Amino acid sequence: MTSPKSGTNSTENVTQLDRVTIRFAGDSGDGMQLTGSQFTATTALFGNDVSTLPDFPAEIRAPAGSLPGVSGFQISFSSGDIHTPGDRPDVLVAMNPAALKVNLGDLVPGGGIIVNTDAFNDINLRKAGYAADPLHDGSLKGYNLFEIPMSTMVAGACEGLGLSSKQVELTKNFFALGVMFWLYERSMAATEKWIAEKFSGKEAIAEANRRALHAGYAFGETTEIFHTHYRVPAAKLKPGTYRNITGNEATALGFVTAAKLAERDLFLASYPITPASDILHQLSGYKHLGIKTVQSEDEIAAIGAAVGAAYGGALGMTTTSGPGMALKAEMLGLAVMVELPLVVVDVQRAGPSTGMPTKTEQGDLLMSMFGRNSDSPIPVIAPATPAECFTMAIEAWRIALKHMTPVVYLSDAFLATGAEPWKIPQISEMPSIAVKNAPESTGSFRPYQRDPETLARPWAVPGTKGLEHRIGGLEKLDELGTVSYDPDNHHRMMLLRAEKVARIARDIPATEVWGDSSGDLLILGWGSTYGSIRSAVERLRERGKRVSHAHLRYLNPLPEDLAGILGNFKRVLLPELNLGQLRMLLRAKYLVDIVGFNLVRGKPFQIGEIEAKAESLLGESVEVGQ
Amino acid sequence: MTQSELPVLTKKDFESDQDVRWCPGCGDYSILAQTQKTMPDFGVAKEKIVFISGIGCSGRLPYYMNTFGFHTIHGRAATIATGLKAARPDLMVWVITGDGDALSIGGNHLIHAMRRNVDMKMIMFNNRIYGLTKGQASPTSPIGKKTKSTPMGTIETPIIPLNLVAAAEASFIARSVDTHSEHLQEMMHRAGEHSGAAFLEVLQNCNIFNDGAWRDFTDKSVKEDRMLVLKHGEPMLFGAEKKKGIRLNGLQPEVVTIGENGITVADLWVHDEADPDATRTQILSRMWWPDFPVPVGVFRRVPRPTHDQLLVEQVESAKAARAAKGPADLQKLLAAGETWTVS
Repeated sequence: MTSPKSGTNSTENVTQLDRVTIRFAGDSGDGMQLTGSQFTATTALFGNDVSTLPDFPAEIRAPAGSLPGVSGFQISFSSGDIHTPGDRPDVLVAMNPAALKVNLGDLVPGGGIIVNTDAFNDINLRKAGYAADPLHDGSLKGYNLFEIPMSTMVAGACEGLGLSSKQVELTKNFFALGVMFWLYERSMAATEKWIAEKFSGKEAIAEANRRALHAGYAFGETTEIFHTHYRVPAAKLKPGTYRNITGNEATALGFVTAAKLAERDLFLASYPITPASDILHQLSGYKHLGIKTVQSEDEIAAIGAAVGAAYGGALGMTTTSGPGMALKAEMLGLAVMVELPLVVVDVQRAGPSTGMPTKTEQGDLLMSMFGRNSDSPIPVIAPATPAECFTMAIEAWRIALKHMTPVVYLSDAFLATGAEPWKIPQISEMPSIAVKNAPESTGSFRPYQRDPETLARPWAVPGTKGLEHRIGGLEKLDELGTVSYDPDNHHRMMLLRAEKVARIARDIPATEVWGDSSGDLLILGWGSTYGSIRSAVERLRERGKRVSHAHLRYLNPLPEDLAGILGNFKRVLLPELNLGQLRMLLRAKYLVDIVGFNLVRGKPFQIGEIEAKAESLLGESVEVGQ
Repeated sequence: MTQSELPVLTKKDFESDQDVRWCPGCGDYSILAQTQKTMPDFGVAKEKIVFISGIGCSGRLPYYMNTFGFHTIHGRAATIATGLKAARPDLMVWVITGDGDALSIGGNHLIHAMRRNVDMKMIMFNNRIYGLTKGQASPTSPIGKKTKSTPMGTIETPIIPLNLVAAAEASFIARSVDTHSEHLQEMMHRAGEHSGAAFLEVLQNCNIFNDGAWRDFTDKSVKEDRMLVLKHGEPMLFGAEKKKGIRLNGLQPEVVTIGENGITVADLWVHDEADPDATRTQILSRMWWPDFPVPVGVFRRVPRPTHDQLLVEQVESAKAARAAKGPADLQKLLAAGETWTVS
C-alpha cells in the first residue's frame, strides 16, 4: 500500500491512497474468481486503472479446504497509470485456513487480513496443516487482522428465504465483496445488476446474494473493527470510452475485427485446452456475425481444418496452448510449404508436458520458431498486455494475408486471464487489411509466381476458373509449383521461403525505446513481462538511473532497428519466464552479451524482482564492448 | 453445384499434364482412370472440384487430376476437407486415401469425418500393405502376414474398414475392386451423387509388395461364386448360376442354396441400402471369404444433413435472430458489457 496522502476527513475516517492491491483467496468452490471479477468490474467503472491476476488450480474442485484447492484473484487498482497486478497484496481476504496459509507469505508486512472465522474450525485447520489456530496463536501479530464470522452473518441475513443452509453458505463471497466495497468506497450497483441478470428466474437465490452483499457493506459501515476506509481516486486515462477486458476476450474480438477489415469469413477450428478455450467459446457465440467454428476431434484436426478453410479463401485459424502446439507442428510445416495464410494462437502455459495448465510461462518461443522438420520459417508475434491482444490479433492477420504465410501469435496464461481497461477503438478508423484472390485465368497459371515486393504467392482459391492446379507438401518447382526433386531448385526454394519471412521486417513498426535512447542499461522484454518491466524501469528512472525499456512484439523476423538499439546501451537485461529462449536467439543473431533473468514459477515477474536484478547489474562496473 | 452453361466435359478434360508415376501394373491406374471417367457425370465445373489426399501411393492421385488438388500430410486429408467444405460449401470435395493413411495414422479423423457427415467423397485404396514405404504391415493386413516389419507374421487383428465406418455413422458406404472397372465406375458415380460423407473402399492390388492380396475372390474365374454384388431392393443372390444366396437368421447370416431344403428366393435377405439401422450394414461388412462371399456394392446410403449444411443453418438462424433485434454491429460488440467514458 502506498503511503497515505491526505489524512482523515471530519465526518468519517477516510484514507486516500494512490494504489491498492487486494487478493481474494478461498476454496475453489468459494467463488473467488467471481468475487474478484465483480470487484474488478466495479473498480474499472469507477475509473481506476486496474490490472488483475487470477490464480486458480487446474482441478475444477480439488478437495474442499485443502491447500491445492485454493483459488485466488489479485487486483491492483490505482489513481495513476499501472502496468501490473501488483507484486504483493496489501489486503488478503482469506475465506478459509488453507487460503490464509497459501497466501500469507505474499502479503506486505503490516498488511490487512480479512478472514471468515466460521471456516477456522478443527477440520479445516487440520486440512491446511495448522497445528494451532493462527487467529489465536499470535502468529499474525505483524498484520492487521479483521475477524468476521461471515457464514453466521449470511445465515442471519438470509433468514426466511426458504433456502438450505448450503445454498446460503454459498453467498458468503458476496458478503466479503460487500465488505470490500465499503472499505474502498465502491458502489454496489454493478454487482446488483449482475445478480439480477445471472439469477433471473431464481428469485430466492438472487435475493440471498443481494442480502449477503448488503450485509457485508453494512457490516463495514456499522461495526467498529475497521478504523478507516480508503479512497483511491479515479485515474486520468486518455479520453475515450473504456471497458475492462481480458487478453482472451481481446484476442477473440481482434480476430472478429480482422475478418471485417479483411472482408473475409472467419473460420476457427480448435480443440479445448486450458488456457486457450475461452477464445473458442467466445468466437462460437458470434455466429450472427458469420463466424464459423468447429470443435475438432484433436489438435491436429483443428489446424488441418484451419488450413483447409484457408485454402478455400477464408481466414482459417486455430487456438491452442503448448501441448497442442506440439501436435500441430507437422501441419504448420505443410502451411509453410503451400504458403497459405493461417493464424495459430498459442496461449502459453507452464510446461513441459502437461506442466501446470493454469499457470503462465513463455516457454514456447523456440518451439514456435523451430519446432518443425527442416528450415521452416514462420513469423512469430506476441502481444504485451491484455488490451493489446486486440491489435496484435489484427496484426497477425495483416501479416498472414499480405505475406501469404502462417503466423504464430504467442499469448500466455497471464495475458489470457488477466484484465485491464481497454479504450474501445473505432473500427471505421482502422485501415483495411484486405488482399485479393488470384483472378480467373485463360493462360497457364503459375501458383508460385511471387509478388516482387513481398515474395508472397497468389491466393488461388478453388472455384476460380482457369486456376486448377495442385499443391502439397512435396517440394515445389519455383514459380510453376509442380513437384520437383531438383537439388538447385530445392536450395532456391529454401532461400525464398526464408527471404519471404525475413522481408516482413520491412513491414513492421519501429521499436519504441521508452526512456532515453542510450544509457547504462536496456531492459528488453517480450510478451506479458511488459508491465513488470515498465514499472521497474519507471522506478529505476525515478531514482535517476540511466535505464530504458524496449519491448518486442515481433519475434520473427526481428525488427531491423534492434541491432542499433542494443548497441546504444552498456548492458542489456532480458527477463523471460523461461530459461533464456529469446536471449539465445538474440545472442546468436547480434553477438551481444545479453544478460538473462529467468524465473519459471508459473507466475509473472514481480516489479521488485526486476528492479533488484537491474540494480545489481548497474552496481557491477562491467564494461561490455559492443 | 450444377451449372447450366457448363460445356459437356469428357475424361480427357480431367487429365492433368503430369506423368503418372505408379509402378507398372499397379491397381491405382484403374482407379485413376475410373475417377477421370466418372467426373463428367456430375455436371460440376472442373474448378469447383477439389481432390485432397494424404500420404501413400494413393496420395499422388490429385496430381493427375486436372482439377484443384491438395496433396497434404499423412492421415490428415479428412481434416483439411472438413475445413474446406465448412468454408466453401459450394465445392465438390473428394478425399483420396489408403489403408495406412485412413485407418492407422488418420484413424481418428476418419471416425469424426464420418460422424459429422462432412460432405466429402472418400475413396480408400485398400491394398493391405504399406507400399510407398516399401512393404510393411498395414491395419488391414491379415493376422500372420509376413512383411519387412513383421518377419514372423503380424500378431494384430485387422480392421474391417466398412464395419468401422458403419459404427462411425457414415451415411454412404460402398466397396468395389480396382479391376472391376464398370462396377468401380458405378460406385464412384453413386458416391459422387451422395450428399454427405461417402466412404468407398476399393480393394486394390499392390503388385510389388502384396501381389494377389484379393485374388482368391476377385479373380475373374472365381468372382461369381466368391463375391456378392449388392443391389438395393434385391435378394442377395450369388454364384455363376445365381443359385446361392444369403439368408439372415436373426442376426446371423447364412449361405443357402436355392432349391435345397425347400429354400426359395423369398427366404433370402433383401438388401436395403436405406436401412436406418447400421447393424445390418455391419453384419454385411463382416461377411468374408471363405465363410461367405465378399459383398461389393453400396452397403448403406441414408439421408442425413451434412456438416456444412448444419453449420450454415446455425449461422443463418443466428443472423436472423440477431437481425430481428437490429443489424449486427461489430462496433457495438466491442463495447459490450459495462463501459465508462473518460472526457
